[in-house]
Amino acid sequence: MKILVCISHVPDTTSKINFTENNTKFDSNGVQFVINPYDEFALTRAMWFKEKQGASITVVNVGNASTEPTLRKALAIGADDAIRVNTEAIDGFAVAKELAEVVKNGAYNLVLAGKESIDYNGGMVPGMVASLLDYNFVNACIGLEIEGEKATISREIDGGKEVLSCNLPLIIAGQKGLVEEKDLRIPNMRGIMMARKKPLTVVDPINNEAGTASVSFEKPEAKSSCKMIDADNVGELVNLLHTEAKVI
Amino acid sequence: MSVLVFAESSEGKFKKSSFELTSYGKKVAEQLGTNLVVLTINATENETLYKYGAEKVLQVTNNALVIFNAKIYANVVKQAAEKENAQVVIIDSNANGLYLAPLVSVNLNAGYASNVMALPSSTSPFIVKRKAFSSKAFSNCEISTDIKVIALAKNSYGVFENEVSGVMEAFSPEIETSNLTSEKIEQTTGKVTIADADIVVSGGRGLKGPENWGMVEELASILGAATACSKPVSDLGWRPHSEHVGQTGKPVASNLYIAIGISGAIQHLAGINSSKVKVVINTDAEAPFFKAADYGIVGDAFEVVPKLIEKLKEFKANNA
Ligand SMILES: Cc1cc2nc3c(=O)[nH]c(=O)nc-3n(C[C@H](O)[C@H](O)[C@H](O)COP(=O)(O)OP(=O)(O)OC[C@H]3O[C@@H](n4cnc5c(N)ncnc54)[C@H](O)[C@@H]3O)c2cc1C
Ligand SMILES: Nc1ncnc2c1ncn2[C@@H]1O[C@H](COP(=O)(O)O)[C@@H](O)[C@H]1O
Repeated sequence: MKILVCISHVPDTTSKINFTENNTKFDSNGVQFVINPYDEFALTRAMWFKEKQGASITVVNVGNASTEPTLRKALAIGADDAIRVNTEAIDGFAVAKELAEVVKNGAYNLVLAGKESIDYNGGMVPGMVASLLDYNFVNACIGLEIEGEKATISREIDGGKEVLSCNLPLIIAGQKGLVEEKDLRIPNMRGIMMARKKPLTVVDPINNEAGTASVSFEKPEAKSSCKMIDADNVGELVNLLHTEAKVI
Repeated sequence: MSVLVFAESSEGKFKKSSFELTSYGKKVAEQLGTNLVVLTINATENETLYKYGAEKVLQVTNNALVIFNAKIYANVVKQAAEKENAQVVIIDSNANGLYLAPLVSVNLNAGYASNVMALPSSTSPFIVKRKAFSSKAFSNCEISTDIKVIALAKNSYGVFENEVSGVMEAFSPEIETSNLTSEKIEQTTGKVTIADADIVVSGGRGLKGPENWGMVEELASILGAATACSKPVSDLGWRPHSEHVGQTGKPVASNLYIAIGISGAIQHLAGINSSKVKVVINTDAEAPFFKAADYGIVGDAFEVVPKLIEKLKEFKANNA
């Protein structure tokens, strides 16, 4: 199996979100960047395929040179090699076109991505790559088994799950369930040493026009203060929810 | 020219979000000076869409479309968009909608904005406000392609009646094939899902163990609410993963969110920011959640929640 894992490089979940240049740019000052949490599930699932069924794992990111430490981290976790498509990731559609090119050129038959990037929350790249290549695609994937050419996939649906099957090639957008939280791999010392020697290839973009762009950002208005209710007067809460908040 | 909404139905019936989408689509069509067309697949109550402003309902009835397949559905939406010369295509943010929308966008070579939470602030250039950074911020996003695809965030616009005298048209698109087959669908019946719920009752590690969820369930059932939990609670296996809300779990956009024994970590708040009214019950007056809440009670959940259940029962009895 030739597996490609798509890694998006995002601010750590504890980051304070601020903007600069008149609220047009994300302020990365002091922000720690990490592998997108959903992509960690995908990468760990790929490691299991590699260890139990035999597979090669390439990780890919579309981004500028600042994303390389994130790719190195994925190599330290156990990917075999990495590709960086050297362009700023602005729009999901443009990123998807770059990734589709990488998939085609590398003839990967299994592409694992995350359900969404926690920065722009697009939730679009994996489906677009699949559609561009006419690959089978399953979104919100919570389980994946592969036997020979046949894949069995579970996806989360509203209020339950659906089990699907198809032949490879396949692209999935994964989340927790693909592996469990406790199974997530973190780099160890040996992995980090080995990662330094693993190949990280920088490829030129095909440069597509973006279909969307963030023209500016805003932050939610600060909350007016919380109304405190005495623990001995719970009835007052019911009353306020009914008469003031009008939610019950 | 037109605006096209895809109104999903389940066993023929529309979800509330389909009416929200239609209400929203009608306003976008007005902004663009054009008409709203709503596409339905195997729906039985198509006329109800007139009430929310559907000038035309494009009705597809086909047995090959009984089970949702994203690729096949995306192709149907594409054909409808082309037939109606749609300029904007609006799709739901439920599980199927989010699966479908990126495929529709590629099919139509259209820029796509998900998580959209308001009407376009301008139609030329076409700019929509969308949630980003897990609701810690909003992005004003310009879509520059000729055709635009939007996924409207749940509960972000509202349902508005806007009766029009619409027309119904049967539509028979070509049906693609797909070798991705649905083997089985497992639905947890009878429970309100987080995605559909107007009220969500959520428990954290402060509840000490899975055996204490009885009162959470009871509170939820009185309110007709869905149950949810913080990440450690699902990691510990106290509750199913499908209940984990937050930045790395499900987003909650309910009218009311009640957090019991949850500290209010930044990753938790990121997922529930979009809920309109937030109530916190926590023993620790310094818990960060109080800063994000509308109503707070400092107290022991094991005392407060049973009292709340009593009071709500009284309230329901008096307001029945
Ligand atoms: C990468 C990453 C992603 C994450 N994503 C998420 C996410 O999506 N969702 C999420 O929820 N978390 C997420 N977290 C975890 C988050 O940081 C917090 O650890 C978590 O939200 C804490 O859960 P909690 O509030 O249930 O538990 P705790 O922080 O342990 O809080 C328990 C609370 O209960 C209160 N309490 C104790 N006893 C009682 C009582 N008898 N009555 C009332 N209150 C009581 C305590 O005062 C305390 O405030 C993530 C973390 C990381 C690193
Ligand atoms: N710039 C990128 N480079 C590589 N993969 C990406 C990139 N952006 C998104 N992805 C992948 O697509 C998934 C969904 O991202 P998004 O559509 O941006 O929400 C992520 O979890 C990644 O697996």
